[in-house]
Amino acid sequence: MGNTVIEKIIRHNTGKDVKPGDIVTVNVDRVMIHDIFIPFVGDKFEEMGFTKLWDPDKVVLIYDHLVPASRVDDTRHFHKGDEFAKKYGMKNVHRSDGICHQLMTEAGYVKPGDVVFGTDSHTTTYGCVGAFSSGIGYTEMASILGTGTMWIKVPETIKVVIEGELPKNVMSKDIILRLIGDLGADGATYRALEFSGSTVENMTVASRMTIANMAIEAGAKCALFTPDEKTAEYCGIELNDYQKSLKGDEDAKYLCTITYRAEDFVPVMACPSQVDKIRDTSVLEGTPIDQVFIGSCTNGRLEDLQAAAEVLKGKKVADYVKLIVTPASRKIYLQASKMGILDTLAEAGAMITHPGCGLCCGRAGGILSDGERVVATNNRNFLGRMGTSKVEIYLASPKTAAACAVAGKIVTPEV
Amino acid sequence: MEAFTGKVWVLGDDIDTDIIIPTEYLALKTIDDMKQYGFSPLRPELAGQIEKGDIIVAGKNFGCGSSREQAPEIIKALGISCVIAKSFARIFFRNSINNGLLLIEQPDLHDDIKEGDTITVKMNEHVDYNGKTYPIAALPENLMDIIQAGGLVKAMRKRNGLD
Repeated sequence: MGNTVIEKIIRHNTGKDVKPGDIVTVNVDRVMIHDIFIPFVGDKFEEMGFTKLWDPDKVVLIYDHLVPASRVDDTRHFHKGDEFAKKYGMKNVHRSDGICHQLMTEAGYVKPGDVVFGTDSHTTTYGCVGAFSSGIGYTEMASILGTGTMWIKVPETIKVVIEGELPKNVMSKDIILRLIGDLGADGATYRALEFSGSTVENMTVASRMTIANMAIEAGAKCALFTPDEKTAEYCGIELNDYQKSLKGDEDAKYLCTITYRAEDFVPVMACPSQVDKIRDTSVLEGTPIDQVFIGSCTNGRLEDLQAAAEVLKGKKVADYVKLIVTPASRKIYLQASKMGILDTLAEAGAMITHPGCGLCCGRAGGILSDGERVVATNNRNFLGRMGTSKVEIYLASPKTAAACAVAGKIVTPEV
Repeated sequence: MEAFTGKVWVLGDDIDTDIIIPTEYLALKTIDDMKQYGFSPLRPELAGQIEKGDIIVAGKNFGCGSSREQAPEIIKALGISCVIAKSFARIFFRNSINNGLLLIEQPDLHDDIKEGDTITVKMNEHVDYNGKTYPIAALPENLMDIIQAGGLVKAMRKRNGLD
């Protein structure tokens, strides 16, 4: 019998023929720790009695949630991180380069077929290049730092097939929101999602990244895309035979297969305060808004900023609406700057901030208050996520978000 | 087999980690500093009302959201002896095991339970409530090993010859 992509990755990693439900120990290719958790990882690592990292080059430390610091205690995390990195000989430290999930693939830390863990739930993002990547807590991270291994249960796989051409006003964000709505917030818990079909093949790596990023919002352990020529170019490599083999076999066993026609997708939103409360944007039209946020590890990439700039070109953000734009990394910031995208956004009235997680995780840079409503391109609309528990968060694509910023209310983007 | 009894707090479906502990409090220095804010977006008074040995009974997908390990740590620090839910999110499940917070999956209890009532848990066997018995499964062996060691830190200390 054939294998799914996740089964092939685990088989390659462990040298064992595996099936869903098996508990196996994997060798970890790379780990990511971010600023919020590094003090805890460091403490647990030493409490466990480890005296050296299993492989300092495989450990990446990224400051993003607290950059730049917004409270007096925040810099303690940077000092603790710097001390840890120095003490254990770590070179891969990013102090203000961007959001962890953007940097891990952008800076070349993750390659197709790798097994990667991070101290953040959106670590599923690296499935965009065909890596098995998943989020864990700081205690497990500390044990990986010492051992280089971790136990996992081989997940069942849900296959998602999308064929055809997407309507012009639809982005990959609309696809993953629709899928989360169809599966439910726990519909893929403990499971792998595997994406295929002509729509997915024609998609940029950046668009795949948005989908893989939000797989966790359906509970998924990981989300996998088959590495192809675009992946190879993005990663700056030539695919080897193993990486080329990472597609689901015809006779692989899937828990179920969900099939979509690309032409059927429409712009959608996740309504307050559940990620799986998905509605067509058309039925929400006219709802007044106070703020729009375009950014995050979900939708802060060049193509996202470009899509927003196309909508905003020559227009103005509506009175009383604040538009906050946060590129996902410094590299993207510079590219967008060189291409004039930031000029277009600023001329339309956007506030452009440094790359980071601040607003998405409710710590800085545009926090909202009781009764306010925001259209946002990030990944979570949980109660209290971007301010008080009486803020209403609508999740949408960058195109939809930009159109809403101009209209001052929820609207469906035209193109 | 071990059995224990506790007073129940009832929560709904999809209790996410931002509800259990909002991001804005994650940079506080200790779990004890943070625990007063537990569940604050949903029920600001709850953290102050929970007493040692109380039990949380919730719906499906408890602990969904971020990887913050402070979530199970805070629940434990508040004195909760175990969380019984219809289902748990994956990362929260691992984090709880690694910190020695007991989680029990039970599909029916949540539909019947009333807040403030008392239940009895007989480990790996069943929960007793209001004269009715609700069966529960035993944990897989590798997870029991971590719990029996007293959590992952202790398991690693043993591995490294410290304990």
